[in-house]
Amino acid sequence: MGIEEKAGDLGIITTTLDAAVNWGRTNAMWPMLFGLACCAIEMMAAQAADYDLSRFGMEINRASPRQADLMIVAGRVSRKMGPVIRQLYDQMSDPKWVIAMGDCASCGGVYNNYAIVQGVDEIVPVDVYVAGCPPRPEALIHGIMMLHEKVRREKLAPRKKELDVASGRPVFRLESGGTEVREAVGVK
Amino acid sequence: MALTNATVRETLQTRFGAGILETSEFRGDLTLTLDPQALVPVALFLREAPELQYILLSSVTGVDYYGREPRFEVVYHFTALEHGHRVALKVGANEIDPHVPSLAPMFPTANYQEREIYDMFGIIFDGHPDLQRILMPDEWDGFPQRKDQPLVYEEVAFTFNHDAIDAQKPYADK
Amino acid sequence: MAIAEPRPHISLPPVASAPVSTGAFPSGQAIAAAASEMQVPSPRQIVAANKRRIQNDPTGEGSMVLNMGPHHPSTHGVLRLAVELAGETVLQLAPDVGFLHTGIEKTMESKTYQKAVVLTDRTDYLGPMINNLSYALAVEKLLDCEIPPRAQVARVLFSELTRLNSYLVWLGTHALDLAAMSVFLYCFREREYLLDIFELVSGARMMTSYIRPGGLAYDLPAEFKPTVQRFLDIMPGHIDEYEALLTENPIWKERTVGVGTINAVDALAVGMTGANLRASGVAYDVRKLFPYSGYEQYDFKLITGTHGDTYDRYLVRIAEMREAVKIAQQALDNLPDGPYATSDRKIWPPSKEEITYSMESLIHHFKLWTEGFKPPVGDAYVAVESGRGELGCYVVSDGSNKPWRVHFRAPSLINLQALPHMAKGRIFGDLIAMIASLDPVLGEVDR
Repeated sequence: MGIEEKAGDLGIITTTLDAAVNWGRTNAMWPMLFGLACCAIEMMAAQAADYDLSRFGMEINRASPRQADLMIVAGRVSRKMGPVIRQLYDQMSDPKWVIAMGDCASCGGVYNNYAIVQGVDEIVPVDVYVAGCPPRPEALIHGIMMLHEKVRREKLAPRKKELDVASGRPVFRLESGGTEVREAVGVK
Repeated sequence: MALTNATVRETLQTRFGAGILETSEFRGDLTLTLDPQALVPVALFLREAPELQYILLSSVTGVDYYGREPRFEVVYHFTALEHGHRVALKVGANEIDPHVPSLAPMFPTANYQEREIYDMFGIIFDGHPDLQRILMPDEWDGFPQRKDQPLVYEEVAFTFNHDAIDAQKPYADK
Repeated sequence: MAIAEPRPHISLPPVASAPVSTGAFPSGQAIAAAASEMQVPSPRQIVAANKRRIQNDPTGEGSMVLNMGPHHPSTHGVLRLAVELAGETVLQLAPDVGFLHTGIEKTMESKTYQKAVVLTDRTDYLGPMINNLSYALAVEKLLDCEIPPRAQVARVLFSELTRLNSYLVWLGTHALDLAAMSVFLYCFREREYLLDIFELVSGARMMTSYIRPGGLAYDLPAEFKPTVQRFLDIMPGHIDEYEALLTENPIWKERTVGVGTINAVDALAVGMTGANLRASGVAYDVRKLFPYSGYEQYDFKLITGTHGDTYDRYLVRIAEMREAVKIAQQALDNLPDGPYATSDRKIWPPSKEEITYSMESLIHHFKLWTEGFKPPVGDAYVAVESGRGELGCYVVSDGSNKPWRVHFRAPSLINLQALPHMAKGRIFGDLIAMIASLDPVLGEVDR
């Protein structure tokens, strides 16, 4: 099974460095254990027996941001939690990705009020948004697979969504191709 | 002796008389509106009097009756586990300087609940061991559950008003 | 090979089976005496106490403050604990909550009574149907309306299924925290059956909004009975399975027996309710003392513990899972036919069929979905027994179509106040077991 069958017994395979590295990154993408609210329960369900997230090399949830590649923001982000999330994101080592799981993390969901940040993308750059309240485990797995697709297409050139050197603020890549420095939303 | 609304009301009225400003019954629930000075003695009496024994202070909560004086009201629900009976106490607090005596030193269960009411309504509980915000961040300005505080952080975004909302975002002037 | 004898340092006798109730309540005087000793410090006080201790300690050993959370695997969400440690021993600790504050109560004030149901699901997200029920009962008390028997029985049935759902997550995560991974996988396997049932009736796995003021959102589907029956048939066997893994497991007992002990008087002083209180020997269950939705007609035991430690809380919850299966079975057997919601057209809309031929029904339908109903001026407090304790809902009506104030008496928040008392003087590792056995849901703590 796998690459050695296709390659026969030549002993040598040739590929691009991008493909090899991205293959490695997608097959052992360790999420950070970051449950906030209801979605965290569905994230746990996705890791449990029925849905079995370990099929994707993702069964190990790291409690420490230093050891994680992927932050799944599972649940609503309050204004009190916002700075904590940003700090954890900053502590993760590169390369790192973010999935906003559920409506609350994506856009505030049903809580359009004083307490909730209207989408975690005001604080950290998000790669994949998963809709649902809460999303089914299948939806989360679909989101993760979409992220894998995205990662496979990445180049080894430095990712552009890191911090702006001058201001220390996150740089966002825009649809138009340009970049934009945004101010992280803290607590008033 | 099983507790009924009538017996509890009579017992408290004979003992505290003027401390009880008003009694009412709605859907079979007894509610006593108290003078703030009478709150602590009544609460202790409810818990410790041998014939009452309301040993569980179930719930403490605040209500903002905006436009009425006293504007704020703190509601206490006591449960008598022996007799299966509940009684509610209400204490008013005025708008300018809302103060209510704290039950937290005598009823540890009221500690967090009174902090929550302070956090949400700005009612000061006199005698609370450590009255500070509990749910909102410490630096928060205002008391969010007051009726004159706005609920909404931002409008719901549709295609027609998306740009207007984006212009109000913190990153808009960059 | 024989299982090892209990270790000598475990002082409490091992409990063989579910303990029996003593039935007596502590007196108010005893609670008053204990209350002055109890304290619920705040993080700020912990830091100040630590500074004082360092200054006054001539040896220079002193203590340290460790922040546990808000991002920590064993705090079950976003709970922060400021723990003052001397070596491995907890001197004192203070929970810091609010990291998940969602403004649910304020948001409900801006929605009509029917629309606010959606938000109740999301407070205690492990027991959505019980939250729906507490809110629905409070609004129905304001309205003073009658609920048909089919809805009453279905409400009891769903309360118990939700309780099972909640306890399964508790057991799975509790065991996971104490390093028993397989229990977590088993519990979530059974939970999927329950979620399938919820999805069958409401269309959603977790956020069901199924129990609404006036009745149920929809009628029960035809395949409902056999599906639930299949689940109730297999569930007792699965509970045996969990017990076989844990109840007599020496590692499990060593981590839980005698850990986080709280006696009945202290538990009542901090206002603990639910299985946590019952494990301390106080026979208080809202279903027995203030029966709602016809709970008085069901035959079930009120389970209480004797020691009030983590192991007793485990035993009580396991026994309550069996009772929940029993109640659900009785409800399923006696599920009557008939309407699933009240016939009062001022509260519940008419069927689509009726609208096609009755002008009056059309007007009712239109008025209900545009304006909603208007309960009379007043306030109502209704408590139900949730997976965590007495879940009270206090609703104030000002006579308009929106609630003036909704407050949830959150058992998780109030149970959490017992943690500083439990953990004092224990080692740090035990703290993990205590948090898990208190079973707080942070969504409910912060609302």
